[in-house]
Formats: sequence, structure tokens, C-alpha cells
Amino acid sequence: MSDPHAVTRKIDRSHMQVSDEVAIQITNMNKWFGAFHVLRDINMTVNRGERIVICGPSGSGKSTLIRCINRLEEHQQGKIVVDGIELTNDLKNIDKVRSEVGMVFQHFNLFPHLTILENCTLAPIWVRKVPKKEADATAMHFLEKVKIPEQALKYPGQLSGGQQQRVAIARSLCMKPRIMLFDEPTSALDPEMIKEVLDTMIELAEEGMTMLCVTHEMGFAQAVANRVIFMDQGQIVEQNEPKEFFNNPQSDRTKLFLSQILGH
Amino acid sequence: MSDLHAHSARYVRDSMLPPEAPPTLESGAVKWLRENLFSGWLNSVLTVLGLLVLVYLLKLSLPWFLHGVWKANSLGECREIIAANWGEGAHGACWALIRERWNQFLFGFYPSAEYWRPILALLLLFLALAPVLFDEMSKKLMAAAGVVGLLILWLSAYNGQWLPAVILVIIGAVTALMGSRGKRWPANLMWFALVYPAVAFWLLWGGSIWLPVMVMAGFVVAGLALRFAAPVIGLMPAVAVAVVAAFLWWSFAAGPLTDALTGMTGRSQPFWLRLVESDEFGGFVLAFTIGLSGIAISLPMGIVLALGRQSDMLLVKALCVGFIEFIRGVPLITLLFTASLLLNYFLPPGTNFDIILRVIIMVTLFSAAYIAEVIRGGLAALPRGQYEAADALGLDYWKAQRLIIMPQALKISIPGIVSSFIGLFKDTTLVVFVALLDPLKGITDAVRASIEWKGIYWEPYIFVGAIFFIICFSMSRYSMFLENKLMREHR
Repeated sequence: MSDPHAVTRKIDRSHMQVSDEVAIQITNMNKWFGAFHVLRDINMTVNRGERIVICGPSGSGKSTLIRCINRLEEHQQGKIVVDGIELTNDLKNIDKVRSEVGMVFQHFNLFPHLTILENCTLAPIWVRKVPKKEADATAMHFLEKVKIPEQALKYPGQLSGGQQQRVAIARSLCMKPRIMLFDEPTSALDPEMIKEVLDTMIELAEEGMTMLCVTHEMGFAQAVANRVIFMDQGQIVEQNEPKEFFNNPQSDRTKLFLSQILGH
Repeated sequence: MSDLHAHSARYVRDSMLPPEAPPTLESGAVKWLRENLFSGWLNSVLTVLGLLVLVYLLKLSLPWFLHGVWKANSLGECREIIAANWGEGAHGACWALIRERWNQFLFGFYPSAEYWRPILALLLLFLALAPVLFDEMSKKLMAAAGVVGLLILWLSAYNGQWLPAVILVIIGAVTALMGSRGKRWPANLMWFALVYPAVAFWLLWGGSIWLPVMVMAGFVVAGLALRFAAPVIGLMPAVAVAVVAAFLWWSFAAGPLTDALTGMTGRSQPFWLRLVESDEFGGFVLAFTIGLSGIAISLPMGIVLALGRQSDMLLVKALCVGFIEFIRGVPLITLLFTASLLLNYFLPPGTNFDIILRVIIMVTLFSAAYIAEVIRGGLAALPRGQYEAADALGLDYWKAQRLIIMPQALKISIPGIVSSFIGLFKDTTLVVFVALLDPLKGITDAVRASIEWKGIYWEPYIFVGAIFFIICFSMSRYSMFLENKLMREHR
């Protein structure tokens, strides 16, 4: 294996505990884009404290799957329950779920007209009704955590890609989410910046955050994931512990995929 | 070395090159001239031709301007003076018309004893606009506000009216009070921007102060209804309740209350200003009244229409699309005729629905449709990720629009919005077709109908055109200032 971003640091596993409490429950979920069947009969349970990496070829539906969890995409059949709240057309439930579930996007999606600090405090102030001073303090705390407190008063356009993605992570954390979704967080980054974002994500995992990551960073998967899910053609093809998944893949489709992404 | 690879494939750089200054180019006026005016034989010829045309035009028009006469009582007198000074057959402008009739161009047939009222309304407009247009206090702004304040005091002294000074003192006191309660610029003056429409209405049309006060109170009623109903029944039903409450207030409470209070205060100062009828309005007072009202109302209306057009709700979307396409498909003059003639057929007999108000409504609807489309362009330019990020953070639709989407979409749309505003302001001259005295044709024709100024042609149009230009150019400069400011901030 020649992974350029293989994780070499020591991982602190003392807080990585998977509890019995169910965080996300997806049953018999189907989704179509027009006539195209993107997600087919998805069944999945995520317990609190799990760190799950979802991988698969492009178009396999992995991004769509995690976007269904905070209802950026609507599913047509089946049931999704997040933190005990079922996702239906009820807008109140959707907003409640969204404020409990943080999401980090491939293209960061920071708000360009607001400073870094304002990006981080906007949702706590307007959704959580946190007083501004308190929101500022929380934001600075998380900006320090992602190691860019000195950029707080700049605008997103003045930061590098890696810095922007770390701000995006801090922005999500400011809402004190119980679950974090990562949608290919490093795919739009220069190779030099991938590591700083992965480091931030690893630290988050070390603190016991429930995480679902769509990513091709297999080094990250091996280091912190407790489960790897492989998807193809809108279906979950294989899931296993990372060690087993990488060393002893069962399905031919998984073997082919792994040989393609790890074989170079 | 260019033949690096010819000798060997191995190469290791042992020292990094320091950055150097760019080569000095030839500079100065000569370079500019050569690059911009004489870059080739064709451009050189065109430059010379252009200069010749310019000289010719100046030769034609400059004497006309230079021979201008300011002191005369009629066009005939003007011509005599020009002939006496510059010889028989000389041409010259007769600015005496402007000197004698400027008040009609500015005020129409507004009673001259009340000229201070539209002037005061204009000066107060600057104070009302400042917190809307400039979000940072600067020395320049302070100086401008000081000048406006002094002008208001001068207005008071010159006209022997104490109302302007009183209003100025009230503004100062309330703003200071706001400031002492922790409101900073621009929030401390924003209240005045909100009550300005009522103040301006009262100053311009006069009558009892209680009418605008009671109309404004309707908004307060709506605000209170919203505040107390929203926690109980939710935001959307509360908005409906607020709207109903305001309409009930205006329909049933405002009229009798106004009458009762007017009965108590009578025509005593400061509760009464001499009534000015709408047909006494004219010139730039009319253009400003229609143009500024249209601008102020059409922007929020355009935003709502643009959002409605993108709505998932079929009925809302259909209504907005229908409205926009209908208004854009019809000439403004059609709407103005509708306002002046057709509306009377639909309204119950005996209702006196002010003609200026009717025209303002039509001009506003017209402009709102265009602004809606401009803003839709801005909305379309935003990446989907902005909506998704706002959604993912749990912001509801209205908060996402207000905090994330609109600030960015409006910024993109500034040039188009200001173009619409400029267009609207110039279109106010079209009210001449519904027998209102716009400055360009209405007033000019009225002035030229008099014996003294019959036959004068260029001067009034140049005068009116110049004023329009100054106002529209200022709007355009402000839009550039805003664009640059936002560009600087967001980089």
C-alpha cells in the first residue's frame, strides 16, 4: 500500500467508545432521482460513538445516503430516524435534526459575505438563540481547536482550502452537534492540505464524536473507523471492521475497488 | 540554461532565485497617448477626426452658452440684449427664464409661502437615508449631517417657521436617547428612516398631523399583534393576524380617531399644516415624491416577488410569474392611464383616491417587476452549496434568506437594481400623460405658454436635464461605492 496520507501518529482510543444507544436508524430506505434508483433498500444502524467510513465508486450513492440523514435529500420509501426523531415532511422535525447533526461539505460552503467568526456564530445565535458574547467565546474555542484562531476576523476568500475546511468543521461544531457528517471533506483540497483536515477529523474521533465520513482516505479509515461500508450501485455491498475489510474483502466488487484505489 | 536536458536528465538547483523588480517600461503621458490615441494609422486618423468634430461642436455651442443672458424679463428682451452685446444675428442662451421661473420647475404650483415644506422634506430625507445607505459612521458623514442640520435651522430662521427646528431637535433628542440605550450607528437613527414616510407625507400634503400618525399607528398595531401572537400560535399565523389587525385598525379605528383628535387640536400649530392639493404639485417636487416612494417600496416588493417566483408553492409561484410577466409586458403609460382613468370605474362612486397615490402605486408595481427579475438573476448566480450549508445548520427558510442568501444575491444585483431605480426616476416624467405637471414637459409647456417666454426651446430642457443627470449620476456613483466597498470587504 502506498497511501500518501497514511496516518502515522498515535491514536488515543481512550474516549472512542461505542455505546448501545442508537443514533441513526435507517430501515428499508429507497430513493429515486426521477426514474433513476439511487439508493436501494438501505438498512443501517449507527450507534452513538461509532466512526463509520463510507466508500465506493463515484455514483454509488454514498453522498446521497448521508445527505438523506439531514434531509438535504428526501427519501421516498422506508424510514430514517435520527436521534429518535423520524424524518418526514414536518419542517420542525427537519430543523431539529439539522441543528443536532453537523455537516461538512466537499466545497466547504462557507458564507463568503461573513467573517470566519460570523460564519461560526451565525447558527448558534439565530437557531440556538445563544447570546452573542457566549457564541463568540464558543466559536473562538473551536477555532482554536482547529488551530486557526488568528484568522477569526478574515473573510473565507482570504484563507487556503485546508483552512476553509477546518473553519467549516469548527462552524459545525459550534452548534454542539451529536452527530457529524463528512461528505468527501478532502476531495477538493491540494495534497498538502489534506493532512491538516484529516488531523482535525482524527482529533474529533478521539473525543468520541459519532461520525459518518464519505471519503477515499483509506489511511483515515484504518486509523479511526470502527466500521467501513462499501457501496456500489445504490446498495451496501459490504461492511466490516477496517482491518478485515482491507485485508480480507469478501465480495469481488470490493476486491476490485480496493485494488484500484490502493494498487497504484 | 536552455540546453539543460540535452546534456543530462539530472539537474539539481543549488540556489533559489531571488525575486526581481519588473523591467521598467516607458511611462508617462507619451506612452499613454501612443497606446490609447495613436496606436496605429487608423486610430490616429480617428483621433484627429474626433478632435475636429469636438472643436466643431464647441464652436457651434460655446458662443451660445457664453452669450447667455441672466437678467431679462422676456425672451424678446433677452434677444435685444444679445443683439446689443454681440451684434445682430448672434445666438445666445436666455437663462433669464430659469432665473425667473426656477420655482415652477422645482415646485410646480405648490403655494410659494409653503416652499419650506418640500425643502424640509428633502433635507430630512438625507437624514433618513443616511442610516440606510451607510453602515459606518465617518467624518465625511458627520460633516454632511452637520450641513443638513444647519440648513434646516436656516430654513427655520429664513421662513420664520419654528417647525423645522423643532423636528431637528426631536430627531437629535431621540437619537441621543437611542444612543444612551446602547444603540450605535446606524441603529440609533434607523427609527427616523421608518417614520420618515409619515413625516414627508404630512409636510408635503399638510392637513392634520393625526392622519399620518394614525396610519403609522397601524404598523405599531401590526407589530404588537405579531409580538404577542407569535409565541402562542406560531410565526406564519401570527403574520396573518398582524395583517388583519392592521387592516382593521386602518378601516375602523384610524378614521374616527383622526377626526376626534383633529377636532380637539383644530387648526392650531403644530398639529395642522395648510392643505396642499395634489394638483398643485409639479416639477421636481412631483418627480421626487413619485420617484422616491416608488424606489422605497419597489425594492422590498421586488425581493418578495423574486422569492415567490422561486417558491415550491404552485399558487404563489403562478401569481408571481403572472404578475411579473404581465407588468413587464405592458408599457408603463398603459398602467398610468389605467391609474388615472380606469381605476375610477372600479372604485365605488364618490371615493376620492388621490391621483398621485394612484400613480405611485402603478410606478411601484412596474418597477418591482423589473427589480424582481434582476434579483432573480442574483439568486441564480449563488452556488447551491450556500443553500445547503444554511439548511444543514438548521436555519429555517426566512432566516436563511435574510442572513445568507439575500445579502449575497442583492450584492450581485446592485448594478441592475440601481439601473432600475434610475429608470424609474426618469420615468416619472411620463406622468405628463395623465395631466400631472412633470418637470420636463408639463412645467416646460406651462412656462412656454406664457407671453413672455413663448418660443424659448433649449434652455428649460437643458436645465431640467441637468438636474435629472445630477440625481441619476449620484445614484450610479453610490452604487459603485457600494460595490467597491462590498468587494473590498469580502475578499
